[in-house]
Amino acid sequence: MNNKELELNSINLRKNILKYIYKAKAGHTGGSLSCTDILNVLYNKVLNVDPDNFSDPDRDRYIQSKGHSVEALYVTLANRGFFPESDLETLCQYQSHYIGHPTKKVNGVEQNTGALGHGLSISVGEAIAAKLDKKSYRVYTLLGDGELPEGSNWEAFLSAAHYKLDNLYAILDYNQQQITGSTQEVMNTDSISDKLEAFGWAIKEVDGHNLLQLEDALNSGPVENGKPNFIIAHTIKGKGVSYMERVVKWHHGVPNPEQYEQAQKELNESAALI
Amino acid sequence: MELDIIEEKDLIMGKANQEVFSQTLQDLAATDKDIIVVTSDSRGSGKLVPFGQKYPDQIVEIGIAEQNLVGVSAGLASAGKKTFAVSPACFLTARALEQIKNDVAYSDNPVKLVGISAGVSYGALGTTHHSLHDFAVLRAINNMIIVAPADNFETEQALRKAIEINKPIYLRFGKKPMPNLGESNQCFELGKGRVLESGEGIAIIAAGETVYPAWKAAKALEENYDVKASVVSMHTIKPLDTDLLEELATNGKPIITVEEHMVNGGLGEACASHLFQKGFKNPFQIIGIPDEYTVTGSQVEIFNHYGISPQGILKVAVELLKI
Repeated sequence: MNNKELELNSINLRKNILKYIYKAKAGHTGGSLSCTDILNVLYNKVLNVDPDNFSDPDRDRYIQSKGHSVEALYVTLANRGFFPESDLETLCQYQSHYIGHPTKKVNGVEQNTGALGHGLSISVGEAIAAKLDKKSYRVYTLLGDGELPEGSNWEAFLSAAHYKLDNLYAILDYNQQQITGSTQEVMNTDSISDKLEAFGWAIKEVDGHNLLQLEDALNSGPVENGKPNFIIAHTIKGKGVSYMERVVKWHHGVPNPEQYEQAQKELNESAALI
Repeated sequence: MELDIIEEKDLIMGKANQEVFSQTLQDLAATDKDIIVVTSDSRGSGKLVPFGQKYPDQIVEIGIAEQNLVGVSAGLASAGKKTFAVSPACFLTARALEQIKNDVAYSDNPVKLVGISAGVSYGALGTTHHSLHDFAVLRAINNMIIVAPADNFETEQALRKAIEINKPIYLRFGKKPMPNLGESNQCFELGKGRVLESGEGIAIIAAGETVYPAWKAAKALEENYDVKASVVSMHTIKPLDTDLLEELATNGKPIITVEEHMVNGGLGEACASHLFQKGFKNPFQIIGIPDEYTVTGSQVEIFNHYGISPQGILKVAVELLKI
């Protein structure tokens, strides 16, 4: 996939996120749109994973700690060939495996997540295992900024640095909003870069909607040898749809028919400009 | 009442179960580099200091952070490591309950959760250090096996089976030396109660360190009242051996359950629930820690206070038997 194709794919993923949330009448819209570019780059430029042999022990690991943005994960996995996109017609329906948070019942999902503050610890365990086994796979986890106050994250931050896990990449989807309002108002985690640096992590800040920056940060090896990588991806909640961007109510808002049509139209227009 | 109770000196005492656990694990780790122990500053109380000295690459220290202990263990297990998360039962099964529920059980990562110094092993340290809730909370979690071995034999067997089955499992150990019980029955199967004594008068079903006083009570019952009791080590709390339970209940004889756990949601309630739903009407009594502010004292003092003792169990047996 060349750069243009990758950019178009981001638009395509956003369109699909909205399509299935609209159909299911449920979903975490804002956060899914915020991390779409990160997932697009991970699955199309970074992760060594094979949809036909997902259990390969040497695969790279991706654990989505912010499990509620599962719609972004589903459409990306479908796009990458892990399952037919038509499976998503059952999103959130009775007995569907495609529920509101990731489960391993879905091909390509590494761990069952959804309760916040869990993905990083599991990732630390996977990264320690890679070091013990002298394997070269890398471990990626996506954190939401709203989940940073969970104490378990800080336990995991300590241990990742303690074990010098430079094969671990924690990506922060730093959209600075959560269900109640801005992260700064709800529970201030400002100076996150300083905090993580003090915890012994190597920091890299990128524009979370710039695909080249993302690819560079996630693919070019450890930021610093012997330190876990903290990639702060500056993002916009609701990215790509004008009336959703930075508007808190779209955290898990579902568009009505008119809003849905407008969103698809805007995304089509964005695609035409690429 | 003055009754004859078998004395400690009459039995050959073994080691503490958690000591046997750590020794066995160390033996197994010699030939299996995938065995990993994860600790939360708990290698001392887990008797794992020699393990750490001998196999420094097979122990992961997390510090006092039980949530991370379980999450990291889930990641290690997911990557193929035979992972033992070892921490005092009180913290492991309360502080890290959500990690147990989601990262281990729900995600089906085959972590072997090892609750050490369980029940009221840390008697005098108070309620913060007691685990009287662990059976109850873990019973309510799907895909979790719960095992409380009674003696050194069961401990070693449970450990080996835990590695073999490769599923989420909770092993619960105390720190008091245990005699080897049931010389005549050296069979161990997860999910199958171990019948230590067979008798038609009454059945006493116990788990973990309470099997020993249950066994002593049965001996005293025979000695003093000529009533022979069945004694079962129901080491696997979940899945419960309901076949054996029904077999024990078939002649309508009284049933006593004994556990180092609060009566709410433990072994006794699991047995009662099954039997009642199957229509059994046997006289039935649960012996455990009642739902109250737990009395202070050593483990044995707490046991004696709540009748988790040969005398206490015998007294209940006599009442149920109306003799």
